[in-house]
Amino acid sequence: MTRREGSAFAGLGVVFTKEFADQLSGARMALLVTLIVLTAAGTVYAAIQTIRNVVGEDPFLFLRLFTTAKEPLPSFVAFMGFLLPLLGIALGFDAVNGEFQRRTLGRVLSQPIFRDALLFGKFLAGLTTLAMVLGAIWLLVTGMGILLTGVPPSGEEVARSLLYLLGALAYGGVWLVIALFFSVLFKNPTTSALAAIGTWLFFTVFWGMIAAGLAQAIAPVTYGFPEEVLRQAQTELMLARVAPNTLYSEITLALLKPEVRALGPVLPVQLQGMVLGTPLPLSQSLLMIWPEFTGMIAGMVIFFTLAYVLFQRAEIRA
Amino acid sequence: MMAAIETQDLTKRYRSLVAVDRLNLRVERGEVFGLLGPNGSGKTTTILMLLGLTEPTAGQVRVLGRDPVREPLAVKRRVGYLPDTVGFYDELTGRENLRYTAALNGLTGRRAEERIQALLEQMGLLEAADRPVRTYSRGMKQRLGLADILVKDPELIILDEPTLGLDPAAAHEFLELIGRLKNQGLTVLLASHLLEQVQRVCDRVGLFRKGRMDLVGTVPELARRVLGGAYRIRVEAEGEGLREAMAAVPGVLHVRPEGSAWVVEAESDLRPALARVVVQAGGRLFGLELGTPGLDEVYRAYYGEVQHDAA
Repeated sequence: MTRREGSAFAGLGVVFTKEFADQLSGARMALLVTLIVLTAAGTVYAAIQTIRNVVGEDPFLFLRLFTTAKEPLPSFVAFMGFLLPLLGIALGFDAVNGEFQRRTLGRVLSQPIFRDALLFGKFLAGLTTLAMVLGAIWLLVTGMGILLTGVPPSGEEVARSLLYLLGALAYGGVWLVIALFFSVLFKNPTTSALAAIGTWLFFTVFWGMIAAGLAQAIAPVTYGFPEEVLRQAQTELMLARVAPNTLYSEITLALLKPEVRALGPVLPVQLQGMVLGTPLPLSQSLLMIWPEFTGMIAGMVIFFTLAYVLFQRAEIRA
Repeated sequence: MMAAIETQDLTKRYRSLVAVDRLNLRVERGEVFGLLGPNGSGKTTTILMLLGLTEPTAGQVRVLGRDPVREPLAVKRRVGYLPDTVGFYDELTGRENLRYTAALNGLTGRRAEERIQALLEQMGLLEAADRPVRTYSRGMKQRLGLADILVKDPELIILDEPTLGLDPAAAHEFLELIGRLKNQGLTVLLASHLLEQVQRVCDRVGLFRKGRMDLVGTVPELARRVLGGAYRIRVEAEGEGLREAMAAVPGVLHVRPEGSAWVVEAESDLRPALARVVVQAGGRLFGLELGTPGLDEVYRAYYGEVQHDAA
């Protein structure tokens, strides 16, 4: 079997540029970004009202902007936990079947490019859009923080918040890829949007309960030994980590709250010699969330591969 | 010189359904070839295989000397394809849509703009060029589609049902455009189920049925082969014994009444001879009209026969 000639990425730049421009000029993008910017501004402003009292006492004041919640508003990161999947889904749910519906797919694929370039170009455009939105929001939050508290962030705080941004990008990226996958799987954009939102709801609302139930079945507490209880808790946590939102909240926790030193059940024995409340160095926090980070990237790769395989085999005739 | 399209026993099966059955097609450079047949007869599948968008189950394809399965990019660079339902990005203007296609073909900057401008002018779309495509009529979209496949300066263009959904005037105009492209030296492969409509722009046609193409040739050739007589003369006349008199003329194959007139099938243009016998037989002659049989008739006669044979 001879190899196919030509680069798989011929035309990638062209597809990327066009898709990126489409994303930025689209109405749905304007709507979502407005929503996100408003919530970001709102939550951060509320957080500042709370934080003001402790200026000078907290070494990580700047990070508190992201994590402090003030009733009735949830914290900035919690809001992002909701809005990022929505944004990812909005950017990807009609990527492929939208072209199919508009009858542009056959025309584009009869140009001298491979299908790889189209799919990858769409993914990259979505991810870049996400990154741009996140970057803008980060700047907004930082600016508001400096203006309203008068305290500039330290180097470590900037590094931690930027790493959090990377984690948030991966989280949004997972949902982008899942939406992309559904857009290849279903011929109708409405169906794929519903499927993607359904998946998101499933993980956000139901997966926690299911994980708890499953953990009880897999590692039952029969005699009430501490080992059993611990095993069940660990099983539940492992199961919960299938959901991207669990991974996201763990990344958020470890990066934005430097005093967090473990992401699971901790035994009293393990607490010995620990100076509670002292922050971990950045490298250690990073080490702690490394598996979560890789998990998200792996999720992206898996769903992208599935979408890719489906797309390669898809019949493009109407 | 190498043929524009050459297939050998090209076959495509979808599970138990044979969409294309051992197709042997040869389209020469510079000709307009019509791939004609009803919907579902395998025309679109054939086209998709020619473009490498669907892999053949068996057989060989060569498009402009290349194998579309192994060298899809080389083929797609030189072949323009207009699908039966062409779609554009509605929110972009006609010019922007063409610009995207040009860029996908590696054509950008001044050269792309000049080419796009020239094509828009050729297709009569200059006025609408900077309006969003959603405001275009069906006929305009079809012409934009033609401009779109010409952007890459192809050697071969493949049109799938190009006149579908166009009103007669727009269809006529569109076919004229295709005729003009032929004069520029382009090879055109045209698939359609509207046999009568497209037969006049095609140099040769191939008739499709159930994945098989049994009849290939020029329209008069096919008519001669299938219907026997290539000349069909409509004689409007009144009188006794005209049928016998006309049937006795050498070269007349068949005479049958049609309404108040007679239809005479003949090997050549026998109008003078027919006029003479009508007058000699004491009949009154009102009119003589020469018409060649249409493809519809050829198609029906041929496949009617086939069905008859099989039964």
